Order: sequence, then structure tokens, then C-alpha cells
Amino acid sequence: MRSPSCPVSPSLFKARRLAQIFLIGLLALAGPATAADYPTAKVNTTKLAVTDQVVKVGILHSVTGTMAISETGSVEAEKLAIKQINDMGGILGRKIEIIQEDGASDWPTFAEKSKKLLVQDRVATVFGCWTSASRKAVLPVFEKENGLLYYPTFYEGLEQSKNVIYTGQEATQQILAGLDWIAKEKNAKTFYLIGSDYIWPRTSMKIARKHIENVLKGTVVAEEYFPLGHTNFGSVINKMKLRKPDVIYSAVVGGSNVAWYKQLKAAGVNSDKQTLLTISVTEDEVLGIGGENMKGFYSAMKYFQSLDNPNNQKFVKSFKEMWGADSVIGDVTQAAYLGPWLWKEAVEKAGSFDVDKVVAASPGIELKNAPEGYVKVHPNHHLWSRLRVGQWDANGQAKVVYESDLIEPNPFPAGYQ
Amino acid sequence: MAGYTWSEIGSIFAMQGFSGLSLFCVFLLMALGLAIIFGQMGVINMAHGEFLTIGAYTTYLLSRWSELHVPALLDYAFFIAVILAFLIAFAVGYLVEMGLIRHLYKRPLDTLLATWGLSLIMQQTFRSAFGAREVSPTLPPWLLGAYPVTDSIDIPINGMVVMALTAVTTAGVFLFMFRSRWGLRVRATVQNRVMSGCVGIDTARVDRMTFAIGCGTAGIAGAAFTTIASTGPTSGSLYIVDTFLVVVFGGAASLLGTIASAFAIAQAQSILEFFTSGSMAKVTTLLIVVGILMLRPQGLFNLRIRR
Repeated sequence: MRSPSCPVSPSLFKARRLAQIFLIGLLALAGPATAADYPTAKVNTTKLAVTDQVVKVGILHSVTGTMAISETGSVEAEKLAIKQINDMGGILGRKIEIIQEDGASDWPTFAEKSKKLLVQDRVATVFGCWTSASRKAVLPVFEKENGLLYYPTFYEGLEQSKNVIYTGQEATQQILAGLDWIAKEKNAKTFYLIGSDYIWPRTSMKIARKHIENVLKGTVVAEEYFPLGHTNFGSVINKMKLRKPDVIYSAVVGGSNVAWYKQLKAAGVNSDKQTLLTISVTEDEVLGIGGENMKGFYSAMKYFQSLDNPNNQKFVKSFKEMWGADSVIGDVTQAAYLGPWLWKEAVEKAGSFDVDKVVAASPGIELKNAPEGYVKVHPNHHLWSRLRVGQWDANGQAKVVYESDLIEPNPFPAGYQ
Repeated sequence: MAGYTWSEIGSIFAMQGFSGLSLFCVFLLMALGLAIIFGQMGVINMAHGEFLTIGAYTTYLLSRWSELHVPALLDYAFFIAVILAFLIAFAVGYLVEMGLIRHLYKRPLDTLLATWGLSLIMQQTFRSAFGAREVSPTLPPWLLGAYPVTDSIDIPINGMVVMALTAVTTAGVFLFMFRSRWGLRVRATVQNRVMSGCVGIDTARVDRMTFAIGCGTAGIAGAAFTTIASTGPTSGSLYIVDTFLVVVFGGAASLLGTIASAFAIAQAQSILEFFTSGSMAKVTTLLIVVGILMLRPQGLFNLRIRR
């Protein structure tokens, strides 16, 4: 795999730098792209809501209902990105105007609202959905109406649509490198898998089990699922105490998550005695769980708020300016922030808002200003990304203890299904 | 159980016994309020979970407040929160009865819909007031962690606190129902409303108090559950199904039945969870409950009264 920043000789670098300065100067003379350079008749041949001044886009998340807990961060990130793009002059000289719809944590509502956005409002693109269930509900609509969706959540993979760009990790990107790390770092041989009972944890655990057994040559001592909303983990914690696994590997979500970690701590299971790696806890969840209950446990994610790079510092600062100093930024929030930027790059590369042209231009799009560092769109519509393992601190922030190379997205992993 | 020493098995046995008991207390605490409202008054209150949430947010707000203004109070804030949670949930229940429930006593199915709507309204109110994200009340350090009895036995402290609260609340409810003037009036109204009215009991007022006390009890449960589970706009709704299950299985009109049924369901679930897996345990428990209810539609206990 090629490194994103290829080394160049100093003299060549200098020459390039000069050329860059020259180009920037030229651009300054010409001014930013204006709508006049891109007449509406040319950039919009499919009757989208694009005029000389504005381009309309949709945001479709749940701001009411159970899922509002998770989706609020994504809405905030997408609005921030759009505001920043507008402050820079918009896209092809047009300001972005948001039409926001509420999926209300109800999958048929998602389908209905996506139809409204695509058919009635004719939006150029939609940033939205969070759960796989909501994505599966809108997918037929997007494919039929030929819309474009930027989907932010890390998910189970096994999907690839012409009409969707997946800005979160598919399962193998999140699971494999994390397991490799913990097996090596903690010399772990036995794993206890626990998750909530629905498609994402089950698919993820299937992949994890194959990897543990076939690649790491370890043992899965148990694999257990609990109904969503389950709040009593006393018995399973006792079972874990009896089995003494080297690692507890967890994908418990939602309100259950809070109960699970509080009860672990109450049962005397803490990071001094037990290694725990989870793929379902971000800064958002820690707010509810309480940092003191997560202290010392590990999360495998591609982004943590504490990432120490200039892009991220800038991102965290502007996020807090817009949404308040108390706000936290989790993995999916950052992935949602990438959506509008990726779309902007693709539209500018295509020189058009037409969905087919934007989709065709998308593979190969790079973002060097991404808070997570660097991402690139793969021809399979997922992103190349790094995996990080963060260790939680009592203040609700994670310290990154491991960072992988860029990982190629592979939504249909052979040998893992 | 090959490969384990006797002392390991012994300590697991002890801890497993404790986790069954603490699940029993959770079930009982959340079902007590509903046993009063549904069992005694026959009102199907789908918004019961939201009264739990009121208790949980009360605990959160008080812990935030004392953290900012009176840090010394934090150690005791939890107990003050329990009392406050009762009072606030009581007050809200009182108003809800006055504004909504009392108009629906003769239309039980409409109550189902109306309280379901109420629960949605309350959830969205929490969401607008406190944000959609879950919050985490700051609990005093002594309330977290485990009490190590021996090297291998850890007893959760929050579990013990919930147990103690359950014992106190249950005793309180029993004293109220069976040893107080008010309880007498409540029982009289349940048995024969018209006759109670004739002998001078203000049945409308009895209804209001009964409903409010049921809601207040839910508030206590909500405050207690902040130690073991989540605090968010929909936290309370996680409990509603189990709560109805406990009350119906116990025999709707019997408080003793509620206790017996909470115990039976908790132990069954806890033991099955240990020997099978999470989702299977739930399914098996539900199947057993459905089976028993088919044989005994009136539930475990029922009062023999002439209707």
C-alpha cells in the first residue's frame, strides 16, 4: 500500500512549492469560482434544486425518538461543515442551503422523508441516516430516484451501492487491526464476545470470531447477545469471572451500554484486572456511561476527539465555537463532518451537480484536511482510513495508544462471511 | 463445571445468588408503583416509565447542582435526590391525574392510548430540556465499585443500595396500604366505589392520591436506577415491558403477588442467563410466563372478592 505523502527530493519540492505559489497567485487574480463560470444549465442537467445562487442539500437524521441520542452529533457536524464551505464561497459559486428532515427514529419515516427530499425538493445530495436499519429503508428510494447519500456510521459492511458514499468504517476496518493489536500487546489468547442482539454486533462478532480462530489462533470462550435495552448484566459478569477471558470484546449499544459498564465496575471488574476492548463506545457514549466507569478500557475507532494533529485541533475548536464548549465529538460525528467536504471535492472535480457525474468523480477523492488525518474514497465507495485504539480516561477522553496504517475498505471480506 | 475448584464454584454461587436477588429488587422497585396504579386502580399507565425518568433526571440535576455549589453535599445528595424524586414524580402524577386520567376511568382502552401519547410527549420534553444525549449523574465514590467479601467474591455496592431502598419502599407501601387510614380508603374504593362514596369517602380524591403515590414510587425507582443503568430521555421506557410483565404475572390486584412474581421472574432470568445466553434466557423466561398465564389467567395471586 502506498503512503499518502510520497517522498520527494528537496529540489523538486522547491520547484513544486514555487509552482504552487504561482498557481495560488493566479487563482487570487481570477478570484474564487463564481456561478458565472459554471452556468446552471451546464452543471445541472437533471432538474436538481440548483440555481445561480444556491444549491439545496438534505440532512436526514433522527432528532426525535430513541436514536436522537446518537444522531444529534452527526447533524451538528454536517451543519458545521456546510457553514464552513459556505464561508469559503460555497460550491461552484453557489451557497449551500439545507433542508432538514427528521427521521424520528422510525425506519418507514426515513424512507418517506428521503422520497420527499429527492422527489419534491430535488436536493443535490443528502447527508443522513445512522442505523443500518434506516439506511436499508432509504436505499431503494435512493436507487430508484438516483439520489446521493453520504452515510456516516461505522457499520457491518456487506453493502455497496452506486448511490451511497460510506464515510464510516466497514466492519473489517474496525475489527481486524484492533484484535491484532490487543492479541500482540496483551498476549491475549482467550476472548469473550458480548453484544446487543441485532445485525451490526452479530455480523461484527462473526468477523471477529473468524479472525480470532483462524488468524490469531486464539479461542472464543463465549459469544453472547442481549436484547436491545437490556439492563441487567449480573449473570453474564459472573460467568466472565468464572471463565477469566484474556479479553472481553464488546459491542453492546444504547442504554444497555451504560448499564453494562456501570455494573462491570460495581462487580469489581476494572481495567487493573480485566482487559476490555469495545467497538461501540465513543466520546458520545462515555458522556452517559461516565468516564470513571470506562477508565482504562480500550475502544477501537478511527477517530478520537483527543487526536493530536492540526486539522483536528482546528476542527474541535470550530465545533465547540458553534455548538458549545461542553460538546463532545465521537467517531461518527467526525465521519459525518467528512460528508459535505467529500461532496464538495467531487462536485468540483466533476464540474457538475449531476448525481451520476459526482458519483463517477468520487473514487480517488482525497481529503488532506480531515480531522482524522487523511482519507481517500475507494472505488467501492468506502474510505481508506486508519484504525486507532484509544484508552479511556476518567475525564471522558481517550488517549490513543495505537494507530494502524491506512486500511483498505473491504465491505465483502472473503473468508469472513 | 469441570476444571473449576470448589472455592471458585462457591464464590460464583454466592455472587450469582446476589445478582438474582438484586435483579429481584430492581423488578420489585419498578413494579411497585405500577402495582398500585394498574393493580389497585385498573389504569393502564403506559407513561409509567417516564415517571422513572423524572426520578433519574432529578438525581442528575441535584448531583450537578451540588457539584457546582455545595461539593460537601455530594456524599449525601443521592439520598436527598431519592426523596426529591418521590416528591416531584408525585406532583407530576397528581397533575396528570387531574388533567387527564380522571376523565378516562370509564374508558380503559382510551387510557392506554392517552397514556402512550403522554409518554411520547414526556420523552420529547426531556429531550428538549436536557438534550437527546444520555447524561451521567455524578455519584459519590462510595457508591461505586464493589465490596470484596473474600478474594473472589465481590458484592456490588450499588446493588446493596438498591436492595435497601427496595426494602424501605416496599415496607412504606405496605404500611400505607394496610395500616393507614388512607390505605383503608383506597382498598375500600377498589372493592366497591359506589358504596365507598355512600359512606362518605371522597373517591375522586382517593384516586388522585393513589395515582400520585404510584408515580412517586416510580420516581424513587428512577433515582435508584441511576446507579445501575442509563439516564436519558428514553431510559424509563426500557423498563415498561418488564414492569407490566411482573404486575400481570403476579395477579393484578395483589401486592403480595407482585413480590412473588418479581422474585420468580428475576430468579428464572438470572439463572437461565447464567446457563444459557442473554437473548435465550429472555425468550425462555417469557415462554414460561406465557405458559403459566395460560393455565392461570388471573396470575399467581388473586384476591377473592365479589365483583
